[in-house]
Amino acid sequence: MLQIISLLVENKPGALMRITGLLSQRGYNIESLTVARTLDPELSRMTIVVDVDSTLRQQVIKQMNKLVNVLQAVDLTESPAVRREMVLVRVRTVQETRTAVLKEAEIFSARVVDSSTEGFALEATGDPEKLDEFIDVMRSYGEIETTRSGVVAVSLEAKKLKLQPPVLTEQRA
Amino acid sequence: MSTLTNGAKMLLECLAREGVDCFFGYPGGVTLPLYDAIYDHHIRHVLVRHEENACFAAEGYARATGKVGVCCATSGPGATNLVTGLVDAMMDSIPIVALTGQVTSKLIGSDAFQEADTFGITRSCTKHNYLVKKLEDLPQAVHEAFYIAASGRPGPVLVDIPKDVFQAQGHYTPVTSIHLPGYKVYTEGHTGQIRRAAQLMAEAERPFIYAGGGIIAANASAELRELVEILDAPAVTTLMGLGGLPSNHPNFVSMPGMHGSYAANMGMTHCDVLIALGVRFDDRVTGRLAAFAPHAKVVHVDIDPAEIGKNRAADVPIVGDVKRVLAKLNAELRGGAGLQACASATDALAARQAWWSQIRAWQAEHPLAPVTSDSEIKPQHLMMEIDRLSAGEAIVCSDVGQHQMWAAQLIRFNAPRLWINSGGLGAMGFGLPSAIGAQFARPDKLVFALVGDGGFQMSIPELSTIASHGLPIKIVIMNNGYLGMVRQWQELFYNNRLSSVELDCFPDAEKLAAAYGFKGRTIDKPWELASALEEAVREPGPYLLNVKVSPYENVYPMVPAGGAINEMVLAPPQPVAVPK
Repeated sequence: MLQIISLLVENKPGALMRITGLLSQRGYNIESLTVARTLDPELSRMTIVVDVDSTLRQQVIKQMNKLVNVLQAVDLTESPAVRREMVLVRVRTVQETRTAVLKEAEIFSARVVDSSTEGFALEATGDPEKLDEFIDVMRSYGEIETTRSGVVAVSLEAKKLKLQPPVLTEQRA
Repeated sequence: MSTLTNGAKMLLECLAREGVDCFFGYPGGVTLPLYDAIYDHHIRHVLVRHEENACFAAEGYARATGKVGVCCATSGPGATNLVTGLVDAMMDSIPIVALTGQVTSKLIGSDAFQEADTFGITRSCTKHNYLVKKLEDLPQAVHEAFYIAASGRPGPVLVDIPKDVFQAQGHYTPVTSIHLPGYKVYTEGHTGQIRRAAQLMAEAERPFIYAGGGIIAANASAELRELVEILDAPAVTTLMGLGGLPSNHPNFVSMPGMHGSYAANMGMTHCDVLIALGVRFDDRVTGRLAAFAPHAKVVHVDIDPAEIGKNRAADVPIVGDVKRVLAKLNAELRGGAGLQACASATDALAARQAWWSQIRAWQAEHPLAPVTSDSEIKPQHLMMEIDRLSAGEAIVCSDVGQHQMWAAQLIRFNAPRLWINSGGLGAMGFGLPSAIGAQFARPDKLVFALVGDGGFQMSIPELSTIASHGLPIKIVIMNNGYLGMVRQWQELFYNNRLSSVELDCFPDAEKLAAAYGFKGRTIDKPWELASALEEAVREPGPYLLNVKVSPYENVYPMVPAGGAINEMVLAPPQPVAVPK
């Protein structure tokens, strides 16, 4: 099944490699991955969708939390969260269908971001299933090309971020 | 203000501050500046003959002392040669820091001479790794590396350093604090869970202690012993935990698992409370998981949260340093009314006594008995003789295979950090170089490198290192002329089709040792064994003893892969009598 993981990650070289490497090393397939800076430019937020047996979900989170550069790994699969995705669709239209395409786009609250004699580029956001439907509908009008962003998610619960305090070198032993 | 220095000297300054007294390595092009600094530095650098062995030696040093072991290699092939040792340290949770040279930072990514993506390659075989691109980041990275390697669940950390960083000039500013906000170490254990665990243990009728490498890593053997004695429970230690409880302790049952004893595996199977301490429910211990300890409630203590519930669900999970958790548990058990109330209840007392009688009966039924012969040296006989000479006090660095299993079954260890072997990875070629590290770490100790004829031939280059330093290591080859463990499986599961397992053309040990300038001998008669081993131990320098053992002996008991651990094969299948 699909697991949605939200990660707060230090912006350090190799951090992304550590995360994707860990997933592939343990045999979990990545469905989608998004990453961008947070309000704190030293940190990034990642949303990863992984195809993993439901019994292993907790193990995935624990392994993620072991990475030195991961400040927090949270499983959003079943917890209150908003999950959204964006898709860009280029649809080729003939004169006769242009109006119909625009109508359909409106139904899905998609925006026209480019228009030419060849057709349109449309932008839609929504939950991933809704976007599947949108893509299906657009496909019925002719040749399309799509780029999906992958899911971004935000938890609706405040999760307390536990960070390790600095360790003084004299205290180490 | 400190004086102007360069990156290489700064690195050595960091190592000195971390208490490093010696490290193992092999120089190369990009580490030239480092080796120039080593030339007149007080930290001892041990030149090995292959980088893989630098890593194994660093592991031997770490395993023998608990301190962080350090190895060093050049870029490209030097770094890639470290990989097996890094994975080995990762699997067995051994604290080491690997230092590698990298091509000049401007050349990174250009497929330069001796360039390899060390940072990328070692991502999955280290606990954490660094590529230091600026001199000012070097001290922080090195001190963090030592901190990460030694704290929490120990493991290998690699620091990759480009040549220009070694050469760059700068001032060393002491690192006063380490801030790794995402590096979570849980040491204390949850008080409520510890209380629950104590309650469960106190009420157990058939308690069983399953202790592993975590006991050694946490230096928790005193606390383990205390728990064993408070509960008066039978205890096993895994391959990684041998010595965690003295082998001669009356409650010590032996090693469990694929080649564990009958009593150990039966105890695991029939206990009602399994007390798992610093273990990871490895497949070689549990056999078929679904049939493992089917009646037991499990208390699992581990410092790594990801180990808890990974293979076997825990009824009482405790994340923490097993030393601290055990100290609290023991206090709880001693002070708690639960144990006294329980122990005085006649029912419980009778149940505990019956449990012990059952354990003793299993031990008597199928003991790990010495096997000897009048005509040939049995491998078990060799182990018994090493055991006699060691008396539980020597360091035994084992290679991987049949000899490792026989040694684990039959050689006693009175203390932790005496039994050194590649447990999780099973890396052949580990025994001899790890003995080098162990002997440097413990010059006061008698060190055996107990190897098979296969693993030994992977390590022959290091005979130079041993000779060069006059290390008094006793190299004992259990020579059966085969890759014995692979052959055992071919015999049992592949219709005895012995494919590429016969190791012919083994060198003459006496001449081989002589070629390196030390003594060696080959024996094959059982009556020569005791005196030959004694002679080896008496020899002040290195000694190579090649012991030709009966070639077809196999390791029993054995749990076939995928089998339940109580379904052991206890002895070789009897040959079917062929009518004349």
